[in-house]
Amino acid sequence: MEKVGAVMVVGAGIGGSQTSLDLADSGYKVYLIESSTSIGGVMAQLDKTFPTNDCAMCIVSPKLVETGRHQNIDLSINCVIEDVSGEAGNFIVKVRKKSLFINPDKCTGCGVCGRECPIEAIDIFNEKLAKYGATSVKYPQAVPLLYAINREVCIGCGICYGVCKAKAVEYDREDEVVDINVGAVVLSPGFDEFIPEEANLYGYGKYKNVVTSIEFERILSASGPYSGRVLRPSDGDIPEKVAFLQCIGSRDYSGVGKPYCSSVCCMYTAKEAVIAHEHMHQIKPTIFSMDVRAYGKDFDKYIIRAQKQYGVQYIRSRVSSIKEVPETKDLRLKYETQDGKIIEEDFHMVVLAVGLNPPDDAKYLAEKFGVELNQYDFAKTDLLNPVQTTKPGIFACGAFSSPKDIPDTVTQASAAAGCVNQLLYEKKGTLITEKSLPPEIFVRGQPPRIGVFICHCGINIGGFLDVPEVTRYAKTLPNVVMSDRNLYTCSADTQTIIKEKVQEYNLNRVIVASCTPRTHEPLFQETIREAGLNRYLFQMANIRDQCSWVHMNDWEAATNKAKDLVRMAVNKARQIEPIERIKLSVTPKALVVGGGISGMVAALNFASQEYETYLVEKEKELGGFAKHIYHTLEGADIQVYVKELIDKIKANKNIHVFTEAQMENIDGYIGNFKSSVIHGEKKERTEFSHGVVVVATGAKEYQPKEFLFGQNENVILQSEFERLLNETDQIKNKKSIVMIQCVGSRNDEHPYCSKMCCAEAIKNALLAKELNPDLEVTILFRDIRTYGFKEQYYRKAREAGVIFIQYDENNPPKINSDLKVEVLTPRNDKIYISTDWLVLSAGIYSDREENEELAKMLKIPLNDDSFFLEAHVKLRPVDFATEGVFIAGIAHCPKTIEDSISQANAAVSRACTILSKDEIEAEGKTARIDITRCIGCGMCIENCAYNAIELVDDRRFGTVASINQVLCKGCGACSGNCRCSAIDILGFTGEQIFEMITGRI
Amino acid sequence: MSFEPKLLGFLCNWCSYAGADLAGVSRIQYPPNMRVIRVMCSGRIDPKFIVQALELGIDGVYVMGCHIGDCHYLEGNYEAVKKYEMTREFLKLVGLDNRIRLDWVSASEGVRFGEVVSKFVNDIKELGPSPLSGDSPDKDLINKVRAIRLAAGSNRMRALVGRERKITEEDNVYGEKYPLEKYKEIMSQAIIEEYERHRILIALEDESKSVKSLASELSVDPSIILEHILTLKGRAQVDFQEIIKNTPIYMRRE
Repeated sequence: MEKVGAVMVVGAGIGGSQTSLDLADSGYKVYLIESSTSIGGVMAQLDKTFPTNDCAMCIVSPKLVETGRHQNIDLSINCVIEDVSGEAGNFIVKVRKKSLFINPDKCTGCGVCGRECPIEAIDIFNEKLAKYGATSVKYPQAVPLLYAINREVCIGCGICYGVCKAKAVEYDREDEVVDINVGAVVLSPGFDEFIPEEANLYGYGKYKNVVTSIEFERILSASGPYSGRVLRPSDGDIPEKVAFLQCIGSRDYSGVGKPYCSSVCCMYTAKEAVIAHEHMHQIKPTIFSMDVRAYGKDFDKYIIRAQKQYGVQYIRSRVSSIKEVPETKDLRLKYETQDGKIIEEDFHMVVLAVGLNPPDDAKYLAEKFGVELNQYDFAKTDLLNPVQTTKPGIFACGAFSSPKDIPDTVTQASAAAGCVNQLLYEKKGTLITEKSLPPEIFVRGQPPRIGVFICHCGINIGGFLDVPEVTRYAKTLPNVVMSDRNLYTCSADTQTIIKEKVQEYNLNRVIVASCTPRTHEPLFQETIREAGLNRYLFQMANIRDQCSWVHMNDWEAATNKAKDLVRMAVNKARQIEPIERIKLSVTPKALVVGGGISGMVAALNFASQEYETYLVEKEKELGGFAKHIYHTLEGADIQVYVKELIDKIKANKNIHVFTEAQMENIDGYIGNFKSSVIHGEKKERTEFSHGVVVVATGAKEYQPKEFLFGQNENVILQSEFERLLNETDQIKNKKSIVMIQCVGSRNDEHPYCSKMCCAEAIKNALLAKELNPDLEVTILFRDIRTYGFKEQYYRKAREAGVIFIQYDENNPPKINSDLKVEVLTPRNDKIYISTDWLVLSAGIYSDREENEELAKMLKIPLNDDSFFLEAHVKLRPVDFATEGVFIAGIAHCPKTIEDSISQANAAVSRACTILSKDEIEAEGKTARIDITRCIGCGMCIENCAYNAIELVDDRRFGTVASINQVLCKGCGACSGNCRCSAIDILGFTGEQIFEMITGRI
Repeated sequence: MSFEPKLLGFLCNWCSYAGADLAGVSRIQYPPNMRVIRVMCSGRIDPKFIVQALELGIDGVYVMGCHIGDCHYLEGNYEAVKKYEMTREFLKLVGLDNRIRLDWVSASEGVRFGEVVSKFVNDIKELGPSPLSGDSPDKDLINKVRAIRLAAGSNRMRALVGRERKITEEDNVYGEKYPLEKYKEIMSQAIIEEYERHRILIALEDESKSVKSLASELSVDPSIILEHILTLKGRAQVDFQEIIKNTPIYMRRE
């Protein structure tokens, strides 16, 4: 069957949105199918995100708006998958688009229906903590902004029909069933949280002041039911003592919860505790946990900060019972401390850190798409490619395959897109349509002829201020040649009217006074562009969101403010000029630095899409550190895998491999790099050009200075132990092995978790036990961090008799020369263990000097621990702020082989959004420099976060700053600081802003 | 009629403008005194914009951006703080510093947006109308604020404010981290100097004057005026004109 250049993405949370954007930007038609009525998923519900405490809504909403507006993304909400047929490359998916009872083409999202609805229904988005109408959107910033009638609670009173001025309400609207033909499917339905059943031992549902973590997230949120004030539900008091209970429904073998670790709860709990204290300083959080699993990038630092800076108290214990104190509604917790004391303590509120369950419809989806689930009902995926389901052509990303946090989800989302690219690359660009536009009318130098369109927005504006008066007033302003008012300026028929008026009045500037430019500016810009005007000859005045809606009780003041806003917009409009977007060609070739697993996977993916690829490895052989690894914890054979990768690379004509190689220079920018490499024994030099760079340089194994390493030959590293187990039978005659965890990790020198060591230790312990069942294996640990499904191996190791003893960072085990280990247990007992081999789980570290060299060449930053620092920890985990440069593998932070492979595919997907284009177009509103004024002080270079400015020599003006229009994002930090006022921002020039200021008077 | 202040807000597109929109979507009611100018990033907000607004008689200016760490452009709001702090210190010189305010408002803080704007309106109401508003504002004060606008836009101040983060948080050209305290001292000194120098330049616009008459006009010690005059001469902004009875007269150079 012929392949199809379209992809279906099921589930539009942050993962599904990212996959869709990647694919749509790479030239595929994307059908994004969502079961609820808006996109954004759980992330849109969150208040802040760890470890940066970023406001979730601030960072996610631009991405959602982009997803909703992308011309290659066909977004359908309220959908059910009915049937799937076909195979990789060509599937047909039958989708039922359930009726919203509101016509999506007519609904403007103005919200009058929701306000007038007499039914107070519970608000699911706010976790039932608030009320909402039967006619509603999920949350105020929802994308798409379409209202829907919830038939389950609607009583059919008919009021919304009457109040909807757009005539969008259609009670008889029926479901629509469509067949969609796609080449691949990405499943990203997310997860459902564990709901602690009523009357169980946590008292959830029975005691008012016991809430789940996601409910608490809404309580924390500034846009939540309590407006960000932390109040307890029973009486609205501020709870001073708040207990957070970890592992609710996770690591639970009782049958009530799930046996696996939910991976994210330790961190989100720390975050919720920190934010709660930040919102209300009187709150003193206590966290009850088993292990603290802060295994991700900069997570441990966050935990330390929570304790030291915010006074969050950690107690290592599982609470055995919770009882409500009837008079106060406080909660009495009973727990055992580590040294064996039983304590009863009262708290004002309890937050249950609920685990992540597979999505409720996992089985349904699996059956429809013919993919298998694992023993926990999550999607079963390939051992080494975590986005590949059991069925070719169908990929999974995000929490559908295992519980994971936002950056891992976003990485996997791109990785899934990377794998789709590999499958469908020949069909790229076949199903997307490009709009043909009329040539632009030349307006430069002509006196402004401004048209002003003022929106009633049904009654949303017109009901609270005098729209006819504002319209009359607009007409009196200088250069305004026409003004008009519309019921809905955003409706399709008004777009036609605007185009007609542009012609009729020869307009060369257009102003719309309505809602917010954040959501509607692109629509109107498109309209005037279709009318032949440059899209930047447009201004908006926000007279709804920031005027009529916020001054509903003051008709006159609101009217005056609207006039002012229109006048300010007119003032600016007089100054605006057409802006041309610069286009640059792209060299469709890739450079991959580092020939370990990440680098090889990335290179092969590029090459399989027929992009010429340069792979640079500093050692003689490809393979990287993986050469020392035999199996993963889950059983994948790494030796075989690495050998296969190397063979494939050698056989691929699109890959140029340089070994014993070092980058000499990397010049240029996104789409147009020129580099040179010194390689081979003879130090040959080769030059080449390329459009993107993937950094996959890996990291190093720590060589311990502690525990007699290097002094006693029986003190060995975990990697050496692995070799001895796999290559020799020396283990057979050993009696006792002791392993020490966190050697060179989580200390002052390397204040982070190396993530893999717990799994490595358990893997080798299990193998050692298998080879020699009489062997005594003891693992000395601080926290066991077998997150996710790795938890099962931790349990297996315990069952196999591996002894786990916890030690305290400040009292590390002591070793004497006979390899007798002394360890102080949590109960303050001293234990002595003799060992044949002392195995050290040495951490991973990054070499500052080596990385700095590459960092300087590429103008990319390193973090405090010398790992490369991505553009945004949450939502851009594979990108650098420097465009066209991407990161994969351990060079980013310690991670597993599977995660490295995902990130490598993700880096390819991100890079393909560039390589797939013949030319890239820069945003028009960028900085421009007047070189006659520039004195070349270079200050703007430091102010630029995007490395878009450099000093160049001008023939007439000497050293001056030069702005790369492609890299510039138009933030204006350079302009606001420029000593000689030589830099201006197109679209926000100083003159334009001065005109607006003047217009305020 | 009670005093209704005219306020201006500079809001970044991604967080605070979105927060203001959310206030609307949530129908949060707040007083209608502020008009918003949207910029992409708070880092774009030039001190000149703020001072210009005050000079034109606006009663208060609100600068808003993303919370620290949340900047859509990575670190624009760090730049914004520095510029704002400098502007505020300038305005202290004429007692107008309490008419400007900086706040971080996130896209989810619609309620808070309403609250902080209401508070600002109330605070400015308590302060009363700007001395620069109305039909006949104090000419002397206008000149002072003009001097601030020019000084804040001067090469020297912009260089200092633009380099502050790099030099005090990372390192200078010698690889040293310059102590913030000392940097602040230098800034404060520069602010006073540039303010006085620009006042001199403005005072010399209409007629040429002597050091002593400038000193009494600006209420600054003559020896300091003299130092400024020398600096301004070096910058080719002031020139010696003539000597009248042992007293040199200086003129503005264009």
